[in-house]
Amino acid sequence: MKRIIPVFLLLVFWSGLQPARAELTIEITSGTEGALPIAVVPFAWNGPGTPPEDVAEIVAADLARSGQFAPLPRADMLSRPARPEDIRYRDWRAVGVDNLVIGRIVPREGGGYTVEFRLFDVFRGRQLTGYSFPTSGERLRETAHRVADIVYETLTGERGAFRTWIAYVTVTGSGDERRYSLQVADSDGYNPRTVLRSRQPLMSPSWSPDARRLAYVSFEQETAEVYVQELATGQRRKVASYQGINGAPSWSPDGRQLALTLSQDGNAEIYILSLDSGRLRRLTRHPAIDTEPAWAPDGRSLVFTSDRGGSPQLYRLAVDGGRPERLTFEGGYNASADFAPDGERLALLHRDGRGNYRVAVQDLERGMLTLVSEGRLDESPSFAPNGRMILYATEAGGRGVLAAASVDGRVGQRLRLQEGEVREPAWSPFLE
Amino acid sequence: MNIRNGLVGILALALALLGGCGTMDKRADGDAAVEDRGAAAGAQAGIDGAEARGLGADGDLRGLALDDPSSPLATRTIYFEFDSSEVAAADREVVAAHARYLAANPQQQVVLEGHADERGSREYNIGLGDRRAQSVRRMLEFQGVAPDQIRTVSYGEEKPAVEGHDEQAWSRNRRVEIVYMDQ
Repeated sequence: MKRIIPVFLLLVFWSGLQPARAELTIEITSGTEGALPIAVVPFAWNGPGTPPEDVAEIVAADLARSGQFAPLPRADMLSRPARPEDIRYRDWRAVGVDNLVIGRIVPREGGGYTVEFRLFDVFRGRQLTGYSFPTSGERLRETAHRVADIVYETLTGERGAFRTWIAYVTVTGSGDERRYSLQVADSDGYNPRTVLRSRQPLMSPSWSPDARRLAYVSFEQETAEVYVQELATGQRRKVASYQGINGAPSWSPDGRQLALTLSQDGNAEIYILSLDSGRLRRLTRHPAIDTEPAWAPDGRSLVFTSDRGGSPQLYRLAVDGGRPERLTFEGGYNASADFAPDGERLALLHRDGRGNYRVAVQDLERGMLTLVSEGRLDESPSFAPNGRMILYATEAGGRGVLAAASVDGRVGQRLRLQEGEVREPAWSPFLE
Repeated sequence: MNIRNGLVGILALALALLGGCGTMDKRADGDAAVEDRGAAAGAQAGIDGAEARGLGADGDLRGLALDDPSSPLATRTIYFEFDSSEVAAADREVVAAHARYLAANPQQQVVLEGHADERGSREYNIGLGDRRAQSVRRMLEFQGVAPDQIRTVSYGEEKPAVEGHDEQAWSRNRRVEIVYMDQ
């Protein structure tokens, strides 16, 4: 069964900054069956007027998007405690929630806020965890994501990935009026920031392991070039500008090398570029298209796309060289590999028997392929840093939107731009 | 105007006499290229050669020919089948005409822009667009165009000629555009 729940469509205001409209809106498109019932009570506000952010709403929306939690609607809450002594556990047992989050936001002298929260086990009637975070107005949403991460980790035993970023490319206009923009937003699509704008295509954003830099492809000189840009300063460096293709950058886990595709010798081949020395090392030698390298988390091998067998399929190659080993055999098109953080699974783009391009997950040990998406023209899968969700690009209403799905395909959601297209999502590593 | 129409007429007649597509295929391959470069003997090579020489000899005429909608040089887009980089038989004469023109005008630079339809992986589609541009490049070079007259760039699926999500749009987007650089 499919249902569409508009989770939020809010106006975001940064204190001290101009009002910024959320450019991506999220709707949950499928499934919350089997999700853990939880209540996130609106946080008490100990300041004048209305609170600057609805922290509890951000936490609840994060938990809902994971597909692993079903937050209780506020209208169903029998009470709204702000302190532990105000909790009447039977109220919460009566509405069937297992866990309860309460909290408050306190303005600090000299500016900023303190966000306090506590997580309770409703049936045992005891606190599981609780934290107090000093924060600024601009970082209140980030603090809310941090709260959601702690709740998530406490209850599931796995690290939360809400306080992370996504990079993506937007396209507006058509023909000569087409404009490309590389953006970075919070994992829920809020707080979008422009990294680069261009009249020429921008492609293939790739996060450095420390999440401070992006590598990407820009056609701004009317030829493909690979740049590395520092996000905090906007400073960037052209790292590859050879004749032909300069594409598909992928960072080594130590952040010192980029695997990429060059066709300087007349054919698309995989190279490794040392960012310190600028030295290039060619890895593949084959008249086929070899492209889209993805570095394994242990840094010892790469998976790439090649049509050397007659159709695009994924191959694995040791970084030291050797013979590539074919990994995919199901169907006539498997491409765009992205490693799960544990290195044991790949997200990939798979063409099914009906010609639909869909995101799938392949278990590397067993070779089993599981379809995750349901679109016709899906592409660019990217794992969340905790490996639980996959972000990808899809088409809805004739234009490009982003979608996220849980790895088991059970929950799905869409991130839509008000106008234009959004594509090529890349989920950041954990932010330290 | 009359002279050019006449030339096109003679060219068409010559092609007709050569006996249709099968022969045209062969002409576009290696043997014909050598003939064109020689451009001295034989009726067919003479016509092609005369056209190329005439275009090269006179700046104005040359400009006119590039812009003449009835010249094969007016066709600047080559279309491809799905997942293919093979220039269709019907388009080889177009590529050959550009080759003759470029060989006769060695100062003229050209950019071959390779494109793909939107299906599948964006970076793999960059590879496909590149392969298509390389395929046209090889044909041009084989027919006497100097390598340094040609630059290739692949835009993959990033610059569709036609917006749309069906075969009608896709077939217009799998292409190589031959872009003459301003002198």
